[in-house]
Amino acid sequence: MNKNIENIINGRMKDIAMIATRSGFGDGLLLAGKENKRVVALCADLTESIQIEKFKTAFPDRYFEMGVAEQNMASVASGMAAMGKIPFIASYAMFSPGRNWEQIRTTICYNNVPVKVVGAHAGVSVGPDGGTHQALEDIGLMRMLPNMVVVVPCDALEAKKAALEISRTENPSYLRLFREKSPVLTVDEDLFEIGKANIIYETSSTSSLSIEEGKGVRPVLKIGIIACGEMVARSLLCVKGLEDKGIELGILNLHTIKPIDVEKIKYMSSKYKNILTVEEHQVAGGMGSAILECLAENNLLGNVKVKMMGVKNRFGQSGTKEELYEEYEINEKHIFSNVLSMLEII
Amino acid sequence: MIEESEIKYLENKANDIRISIIEMLQIAGSGHTAGPLGMADVFTTLYGKALKHDPKKPFWEERDRLVLSNGHICPVLYSTMAHFGYFEVKELKTLRKFKSRLQGHPHREFLPMLETSSGPLGSGLSQAVGMCLADRIQTPPSPPLIKGGNSSQKFFYCLMSDGELNEGQNWEAIMLAGKKQLGNLICIVDRNNIQIDGFTENIMPLEPLDKKFEAFNFHVEDINGNNISEIYSAIQKCKAVFNKPSVIIARTIPGRGIKEFERDFHWHGKAPNNEEAEMAIKELRNLGGKIESDHN
Repeated sequence: MNKNIENIINGRMKDIAMIATRSGFGDGLLLAGKENKRVVALCADLTESIQIEKFKTAFPDRYFEMGVAEQNMASVASGMAAMGKIPFIASYAMFSPGRNWEQIRTTICYNNVPVKVVGAHAGVSVGPDGGTHQALEDIGLMRMLPNMVVVVPCDALEAKKAALEISRTENPSYLRLFREKSPVLTVDEDLFEIGKANIIYETSSTSSLSIEEGKGVRPVLKIGIIACGEMVARSLLCVKGLEDKGIELGILNLHTIKPIDVEKIKYMSSKYKNILTVEEHQVAGGMGSAILECLAENNLLGNVKVKMMGVKNRFGQSGTKEELYEEYEINEKHIFSNVLSMLEII
Repeated sequence: MIEESEIKYLENKANDIRISIIEMLQIAGSGHTAGPLGMADVFTTLYGKALKHDPKKPFWEERDRLVLSNGHICPVLYSTMAHFGYFEVKELKTLRKFKSRLQGHPHREFLPMLETSSGPLGSGLSQAVGMCLADRIQTPPSPPLIKGGNSSQKFFYCLMSDGELNEGQNWEAIMLAGKKQLGNLICIVDRNNIQIDGFTENIMPLEPLDKKFEAFNFHVEDINGNNISEIYSAIQKCKAVFNKPSVIIARTIPGRGIKEFERDFHWHGKAPNNEEAEMAIKELRNLGGKIESDHN
C-alpha cells in the first residue's frame, strides 16, 4: 500500500494532492510528443481547457486547431494516421466521442488506425454546466467498437502515464478524463500497463476478522469493489468503516475497461464472492456491464453476487460535484451502504 | 496538354472499365450502377494519366493519394484499379461476395492498397485534408506545386458525390482546407444532379455550388466530367494553384455510356439483371454503334 492510499484510508486528506486528470493528461501528452515525433494533437476549440497548451507551445507544427467541428476532427485524424502519425483528438466527451461516434467507428476503428480519442469533462462531476455536458454513455459507446481500447484513469498521475502508454500503441484508443480536481492516490512507482488492472488495496490477513457474536463466530464477510475514475478514491474512503464492521475487502482499480483484465476479475470474484462495481457512468453498458460480461463468459456468475453502482437511466443536471454524486448515489456514503446491504448487514 | 492518341487510348480504357462495371454488378446482383458509369472517365484520366502512382508498388511513400469518399461507387474504383494493373481483372467478379477483397463498400482491412475505407457519406474529404496536413509537417509547401517541380510533392485527391454535400461534415472539412490553404488538395465532385430520392436540386439545392466553394477560399474548375481532355486539363490547372485548395465540379451523366440508363436516378442504387446487362455490354462494345470493339 502506498503512502497516498494509506493517507486516504486514514482520512488524512490534507496530505493528498488534488489534481484534475486533464492536467495529468496534458503532462503525459507533452512527454509523448517528446518521445515520438509521430505524435500530433488536434483540438476542437478547447485547447486550454483540456490542457494541450504545453504540447502546443513545445510542438507548434504538430498541433492543429480544428474549430468546433468534432466530426471533421475525427476523420482528419484518421487521414493523418494513414500518413503515419499518431493523432490525439481532444474535446469534451459529450462531443467526442458523443457527437462523432460514426466517424470514430468508420474512419478510425474500421480502418484500425492509431487515433487517440480524448474525452474530457466526462461524468456528472463537470457539475454546473448541466446535463447536456455530462457524458454518461461514452464508455459504452467506445468499448463496443472493434479495435478500440478504453482507458479511464483514476487520478492525474495515472492519466499522465495513460497518455504516454496509449501513444506507444498502434490501436485506436479512448482516454476518459474529468474536469474537477480529484485525489491523487497513485505514486510514480506504481506500474501502469494497459489491460492490467491494479489491486490497490486488500484487507491484510492479520488485521481481523472473525467477530464473535454471542455464542458463535460469524463467518468472515467479504466484498470486492471494482471501480474506475474518481470512484476508486471514493471506494478507499470506505475502507476503515467497513473493516470496523468486520468486513474484509479488496479494491480493484480497473483503469482499462477494454481489453478487460480477465485474470484480475477472476481473482476478485473467487476471493470475495461479492462484487460491487462503481462508476460515474450509466450502469447500462459501462464498466459494470463489462465486468458482468467477463464473469458470464468465464462461467463465474453462479458463484458471485454482483451489484452495480452508477447512474441509472437518468440524465445529469446542474449542481456541484458533491451534490451530484449524492443525487446519483455514487459517493462514499452510498458505496458504504451498498456494501452493507449486499452483505445483509442492514 | 494531352495528345489525341492518348485521349483515344484512355477513352477505350474507360469503355473497358465500364464493361467490367456492368459485368461485376450483374454477377453481384446488387450495387450501384449510375455513379460508377458516370465517373469512369474521371477515374481513367486519374489512373491512366494524372496520378503519380505505381500499381506494382501500391505502398510507395511518394505516391499521390486518392480518397474515394462516396464509397458506393466503388465498382468504378475496383474496375479502374484492375484495368491499370493493381490486381487481375477476373477478381472483379468477386464483388460483394463472402470473403472477397472487394467489399460492397471499400474496406482497407480487406484490400490494404486502398487509401481508406468508405461508405457512410461525408467523411472522405476530412481524411484527405488530414493526409494533406500530416504531409505538410515533413514537406512544407513550396510553389510551384506542379509535376516536375518538387519531386517529393504529393497531391491529395478526394472524389466525392454532389448529393454527399448534404452532409455537414463536408463543410467543416471545406472550412479547414480553405483556412490551411491546402494547395495540393484537389476535390473532384461528381456533379450528376441525382441522389437516391431524386434530383439534387429538389432534395437539397446545392447551387450556386461554384460560388459556395469560392466563398470558402477554393479554386474552382467547372467542367464536362465525361470529357477526358477537359478532366486532364482541369487537374493540371488545379495543380498549378499553390495557395488554395481546388475543386473540380465534374458535370457527369449518370449511367454514361448506356442510353437506357443515362440520367435516370432509378439506376443510382440497383444492379442490372441479366437481360439489361447483356444489352448494356453490347452497347458499350460497339460504343453506341460508332465502332466495333475488339473486346470479343
